[in-house]
Amino acid sequence: MRSALIALALPLVLAVGAASAEAAEDAGYIKASNGVVQIERSGQRLPAPVGSVVHQGDLVITGADGSVGITFRDNSLLSVGPDSVLSIDRFVFNSTTHLGAFESSLKQGTLAVVSGKLAKQSPEAMKVKTPAAILGVRGTEFLVRTGPSTN
Amino acid sequence: MFEPARRRTDPRNLVRLAPLALLVLAGCAGRGDLYVLLPGKGGHNGALIVTSGDGQRVLDQPYAAARVSRTGSVEAVATTEAEVRRAFGPALAAQPGRPVSFYLYFLADTDEFTPESKQVVTQIFAEIARRPAPDIVIIGHTDRVGPVPYNDQLSLKRAERVREDLRKLGIPKVRISVAGRGEREPEVPTADEVPEPRNRRVEINVR
Repeated sequence: MRSALIALALPLVLAVGAASAEAAEDAGYIKASNGVVQIERSGQRLPAPVGSVVHQGDLVITGADGSVGITFRDNSLLSVGPDSVLSIDRFVFNSTTHLGAFESSLKQGTLAVVSGKLAKQSPEAMKVKTPAAILGVRGTEFLVRTGPSTN
Repeated sequence: MFEPARRRTDPRNLVRLAPLALLVLAGCAGRGDLYVLLPGKGGHNGALIVTSGDGQRVLDQPYAAARVSRTGSVEAVATTEAEVRRAFGPALAAQPGRPVSFYLYFLADTDEFTPESKQVVTQIFAEIARRPAPDIVIIGHTDRVGPVPYNDQLSLKRAERVREDLRKLGIPKVRISVAGRGEREPEVPTADEVPEPRNRRVEINVR
């Protein structure tokens, strides 16, 4: 009886464990942070100094004097300038096959991108959205500016 | 919806709101949106595909740029390197250092690094020391002898062993992750089942 219960409960525990492990997995690390830089995660705003972890679902926010550079696990490099809001919508990377997905949205401000292993492996893997457009990335370096806080 | 209507009765608020309204209008129309392809490293430019509604434009030349003035309208615009540097200066200045890879090779049928690889270890430690918040990825690679799943396992084991080796050699306390890339990324392409020592290597990606 007890073993039957454990047998029933075990897959459930494993499933929950696997799901939370994926959600909490590091997407990238902050390598440069100037001025006011914050990460909004689960409704909380945290300061984001050099060395901070970036997760899928995070909102990266810079102030009027802020800029931040992030290296992702697949070696994509994303950096944003002042008065910017960048949402890390989805980051999944298999380090053996290089398959996965990287979707982010620049809500406002400026963004510089050097694509990494995901975009190199599959042309559809990396997408950057703005309120006005969707960008498809074919292994490249590019810049994006959007929203009201431009000059 | 009702808030701005009520505020409109107060002329001081109207003055305050006017620039804001212009900004909001500009934002809705997407004015100021700009998409620029940069020259890629090593002459490989790739391409950026800008899609807005039914409009689409492919940027595949260095400094080719597009603007989206309203949804569905993607226009080509001319930019220069100087303009781009000005418009994106802080974002470009904050770009993290490019990841750099080093390769370690083993003496045949042993766990020992070749003498050259011992020198490479010194270079790896120096590269780590000069980066802010460095992290490294240790990536094992195999040749094409054996099945793919076996080589995936073997390459991961090789990477894990090198992690221990580097710890013994006194690697600084940094984030270390390991990966096994199996036979997918050969240094020297070969037919299947061909032994190739140059492909039996471990890559240290410092970033």
